[in-house]
Amino acid sequence: MYDFSGVTRGIHEFLSGHFSPLGVTLWEMVIAGVVLLLSLVLIAFTLGYMERKVAAFMQLRLGPNRVGFRGTLQIVADTLKLLFKETFVPQAADKMLFNLAPIIMVVVTMLSLAPIPFTETLQFYDMNIGVFYVSAVTSIGVVGILMAGWSSNNKYSLLGAMRSGAQIVSYELSAGLSIIVIVALSGSMQFSEIVQSQANGWWIFKGHIPVWIAFVVFLIAGTAELNRAPFDMAEAESELTAGFHTEYPGMRFAMFLLAEYLNMFILAAIGATLFLGGWMPLHIGNLEGFNKVMDFIPPLVWFMGKTFLIVFIIMWFRWTFPRLRIDQLLTLEWKFLMPISLVNLILVALAVILGLHF
Amino acid sequence: MIRYLAMYFGSIIKGVKSLLKGMRLTGYYFTHHKEIITQQYPENRDNVPMGDRFRGEVVMLHNESNEHRCTGCTACEIACPNGTIKIISKWEVNAEGKKKKAIDQFVYHLGMCTFCNLCIVSCPTDAIVMAKDFEHSSYDRKTLTKILNKPGSKIETGVE
Amino acid sequence: MNIFEPENKKLVESEQDFVVNVGPQHPSTHGVLHLKIKLEGETIKAVQPHLGYIHRSIEKMSEAGSYRQFSYLTSRMDYLSSHMNNQACALAVEKAIQVEVPERAKVIRILMAELTRLASHQLWWGAMGLDLGAITPFFIGFRDREEILEIFEDTCGTRLTMNYVVPGGVMVDLHPDFQKKVVAFLGRFKKRIKEYDDLVTGNIIFEQRTKGVGVISAEDAISYGCSGPVARASGVSCDIRKLHPYDGYEKLEFKECIETEGDCFARYKVRMEEMKESVKIIEQLIDNIPEGDFQAKTKNVLKPPKGEWFTRVETARGELGVYLISDGTMKPYRVKFRSPNFSHVSALEHMSKGGKIGDLVAIMATLDLVIPDVDR
Ligand code: SF4
Ligand code: SF4
Repeated sequence: MYDFSGVTRGIHEFLSGHFSPLGVTLWEMVIAGVVLLLSLVLIAFTLGYMERKVAAFMQLRLGPNRVGFRGTLQIVADTLKLLFKETFVPQAADKMLFNLAPIIMVVVTMLSLAPIPFTETLQFYDMNIGVFYVSAVTSIGVVGILMAGWSSNNKYSLLGAMRSGAQIVSYELSAGLSIIVIVALSGSMQFSEIVQSQANGWWIFKGHIPVWIAFVVFLIAGTAELNRAPFDMAEAESELTAGFHTEYPGMRFAMFLLAEYLNMFILAAIGATLFLGGWMPLHIGNLEGFNKVMDFIPPLVWFMGKTFLIVFIIMWFRWTFPRLRIDQLLTLEWKFLMPISLVNLILVALAVILGLHF
Repeated sequence: MIRYLAMYFGSIIKGVKSLLKGMRLTGYYFTHHKEIITQQYPENRDNVPMGDRFRGEVVMLHNESNEHRCTGCTACEIACPNGTIKIISKWEVNAEGKKKKAIDQFVYHLGMCTFCNLCIVSCPTDAIVMAKDFEHSSYDRKTLTKILNKPGSKIETGVE
Repeated sequence: MNIFEPENKKLVESEQDFVVNVGPQHPSTHGVLHLKIKLEGETIKAVQPHLGYIHRSIEKMSEAGSYRQFSYLTSRMDYLSSHMNNQACALAVEKAIQVEVPERAKVIRILMAELTRLASHQLWWGAMGLDLGAITPFFIGFRDREEILEIFEDTCGTRLTMNYVVPGGVMVDLHPDFQKKVVAFLGRFKKRIKEYDDLVTGNIIFEQRTKGVGVISAEDAISYGCSGPVARASGVSCDIRKLHPYDGYEKLEFKECIETEGDCFARYKVRMEEMKESVKIIEQLIDNIPEGDFQAKTKNVLKPPKGEWFTRVETARGELGVYLISDGTMKPYRVKFRSPNFSHVSALEHMSKGGKIGDLVAIMATLDLVIPDVDR
């Protein structure tokens, strides 16, 4: 019903009429890139605004409410402010790495957005190893953090970067293991197929306890991978002032923020796709009328709704809990999350092999 | 072994429960916007909630006929711990032809005042009081030096 | 030679030593405390506090003011318990000029002191949450503190540096609404203190962060001169309100909150208990404030005889001592303040050695340092 393929086909035909096939491909790439960039910035702004409002309401405040309607333009104003700031590089910093780090962070996050299916047809690149690709690419992000921490030549930054290295490497494991649960259940690494496998019910409903456990583990490990409170060891405002980006001013700092918010979005989108059925509408058994009504809601709304639900949960964590200490953080991973998700994965694997799942 | 496992899972359940408790509280505040305590200054400038005795700045009371109650006794000047008040007095000839001391200028350096109230309580004639005005910021320090007695004002008759 | 770093206390011994300056501008030092910490990985090997960034020579300035004037300066020492600071000075001057404070003034002083303690502990609770990475407690603590400050504002005219307690009594009489407002606040606060428990006390992350961290034994607490909640958390009974009652604390019923673990969590529990005890004290007094004068008749110029006097009070952070020397003139010859936070800073290294950076922050948070009180 809601299909973007018509629009894309129209653009393709229009371009074919004017350019050679190579030109068409180039133009399409440019258009896709611009659309992607714009939508990314829009998403980051939305998340920034949402975070401020959520935090404010949880803390008995009003949040931004001066610039624009109910403060919606506040984040634009802040970005402008950051744009006008001096791009200052500390004297003792390693200039090249220092400048490269924020770029790496942003590029990595944008790369990992490629295989995520916003709707059935709105997907940049549906590769057959989508899940694997995303988890591989997102872990490059830690290189950016390490580079930022090292090149700033600041002790706080270095400590923050080292912490975040230890943290992300450990939490990658349990995040990966909980993703594998879904891969095992759906039998594919391709995002489109994973979504299709949930046509008759989302995994969170079909999968019972193992998937619930995997979902919780995924949320915790994902929050940790995002370096967000309660796992914000890399920033740890009250311990390391601002951690790995202590020395970054102006727009470079904004790029770290952008990367953080986009990462949050990507994590939530993956969570929504794997566990909550992506753009699949909510269907309950054979309630025909209800299912029809649900079908009527556009898939993009379903997708965004689920994603923002997970984003909200992550924000809820952040504005409620105190921060863990670095050794407790690793204890949590290696003593609790890892064993649990391993056992969980074995259970799921057995269930799949014995054909016990539905 | 079983006991160990029970302890292991018990600790997990206890921990998760305690975390959920906190999330319930923040979730409650997230959904109950009545609890918001933000004061929207400067929109509410006209009715900022403020105590009756708020110490904003020292002012001298004047009645309708531009008369104040300050005799120029300098009790407030002496009481002030940081030299905020300076009283410059002059000799005035009153109706009966007697020479009498009166204030020429009651100089008050707002920038030095700590709002300790010592001058107010030391004044024998209650000539000065604390006003509620609190928006004192200014780009020019000179504006913070104030003459509290209005130009042309006289001492109220009967105040000694 | 650098006089600020004696040869035998040098932190950097070799090039391998990783020394980090925490402060003077750092989010968790709550002011301008400068700590040099030597790290090995994340583990703290040594802590060296550097003081003096906010030294305003309050003791010397006190010598320049009259006996009525100097006590307002003490509001600026430990600004979170300014009532108690003023009270300590007033008690010292009253002892010197031998004046009896009217009953009503005494009751008002206790009420104000306990409200200040409540407000101070609420701020501490919020700021501690902030230090440990939870930001919401900060706002909840401030919301409740704000109500107390409004009560102060009604009566005293200011919110933080009140200068309300003066030699001979209190400066002005209570606001007519005072009693009503306090009762209403206590009713609300007794419900809200449960939120404190929900959000922080039982939280597993918080427990992990504070239990067994920053332990100081009773002996060490005594030898470092710790007082107040810090010493009581190690099992030292040191509540001045109980041991050397002043202004009529002897007539009140309240418990001295003592824990024995001596770690951050014990200090937390002591302060939470103290809040409940303060509520009890206020409840005992609020309904029967005696009528009468709020200030004793004193001479305009206070001139104590030659002599020396020492008084102490229990502030929100511990024991504040005021040592007053008079040479018979209208200005004090010497005033010496014994402030609780100064001793606590010296115990910081003992508590945090061997811990992680996160522990240092937790310890500083539960010591409840107010830096202007350290430097004066
Ligand atoms: S309020 Fe205090 S500082 Fe201000 S003028 Fe009066 S005595 Fe001086
Ligand atoms: S204001 Fe009061 S104390 Fe000050 S000089 Fe005038 S009469 Fe005296």
